[in-house]
Amino acid sequence: MSDLMNLIGRDLRLAVREGGALGTALGFFLVVVAMLPLGLGPDLNLLSRIAAGILWIALLLAALLSLPRVFESDHEDGSLEVLATGGLPLELVAAGKSLAHWISTGIPLALLAPVLGILLNLDLAAYPALIATMLAGTPAVSFLGAIGAALTLKTRRGGLLLALLVLPLYIPTLIFGISAMSAATMSPGAFGPSFAILAAISLASVVVGPIAAAAALRIQLQ
Amino acid sequence: MRLIAENLTVERGGRTILSGLSFLAGAGEAVVLVGPNGAGKTTLLRTIAGFIRPVSGSIRLEGGQTDTTVAEQAHFIGHANAIKAHLTVRENVRFWATYLGGPREAEARVDLALQHFAISGLGEFPAAYLSAGQKRRAGLARLLVAVRPLWLLDEPTVSLDAASTKVLGAAVNAHLEGGGLVIAASHLPLGFARSREFDVAAARGIVPA
Repeated sequence: MSDLMNLIGRDLRLAVREGGALGTALGFFLVVVAMLPLGLGPDLNLLSRIAAGILWIALLLAALLSLPRVFESDHEDGSLEVLATGGLPLELVAAGKSLAHWISTGIPLALLAPVLGILLNLDLAAYPALIATMLAGTPAVSFLGAIGAALTLKTRRGGLLLALLVLPLYIPTLIFGISAMSAATMSPGAFGPSFAILAAISLASVVVGPIAAAAALRIQLQ
Repeated sequence: MRLIAENLTVERGGRTILSGLSFLAGAGEAVVLVGPNGAGKTTLLRTIAGFIRPVSGSIRLEGGQTDTTVAEQAHFIGHANAIKAHLTVRENVRFWATYLGGPREAEARVDLALQHFAISGLGEFPAAYLSAGQKRRAGLARLLVAVRPLWLLDEPTVSLDAASTKVLGAAVNAHLEGGGLVIAASHLPLGFARSREFDVAAARGIVPA
């Protein structure tokens, strides 16, 4: 257990020191959301109707940008091999690194979303739901994304392949994230079920993601 | 304690690299794998470290802990140093000390390892600013921060100068005296006491094409 905390602590420290990954993801999120109103025109009703969808899709794309870094640097500098000879099972290594990715990228993206909601004239009543759904949904983004990151580890410029592999896995999160959001503004009673399913998807991916990622890492280590 | 590899057959990319290879390494003995490029030295080391699963055959550490794998009782020094450029030398070595050897008295082990490889003075430097040889020494410091009976060294002296090669030799010799095992692949003389050469090319059971 202390090994796991140690690994997460190191990854978070590296995320802070390197800085670039988070900056790029947040910057991309901001630029995509800021450009859409320019393309769609100043129709405030239209914008507030599609705001939730835009924020979710932009968040998924921004998170996708930062995914290759989950395992890439550890693979390049040989750390992954040494991590594999440690007492910690590779599944927990993958889980720890996914969790560090969520803390260092998923949470900041989720917290930036309400700020960007202002640009899209998001309904004020939807803000609590926006933060809640994004915090509950982003673990799935990190833990499922780790599978793709592990699979494309040795692929040169594997970013596009990573997107093809991982984005379909995000569809359930997207559907229930959006449905929880629209329920929050239109029929508050329906928020609970959608939100519960969204959280369940995240919990399932916390279990499935590391197991699949570890299997992929074992192949990559060969 | 003995490392026993029996009848190892290893394939990579559909090509058989090792076929029916058997070998034995006893406690206090350094086995130096020799052979031309492509003979399968690295493949053999990576197989022992558990990264490559052999098609057939077995590797076991007789007299070692029975509830852990051979890999968990081994230090693997590969071509890369497992050193993070954005962490200081001390942070790097401390991470491996706690990860591989547990949190107890980790700081003392780190001090000892840094001292041995003569990088104590560089402890607070970010590893990004180290020379290739200094990075290598920081990577090798991992050997001393956690007690593991089996050392797997793949070209350990790459980018080391003569003095540092001697320092590595001293660490290996101390490890051997304590009853440890060392398996190293190298083209250069390593200066290990009680070492024995093992020709992978001759033993791998494949007639060269």
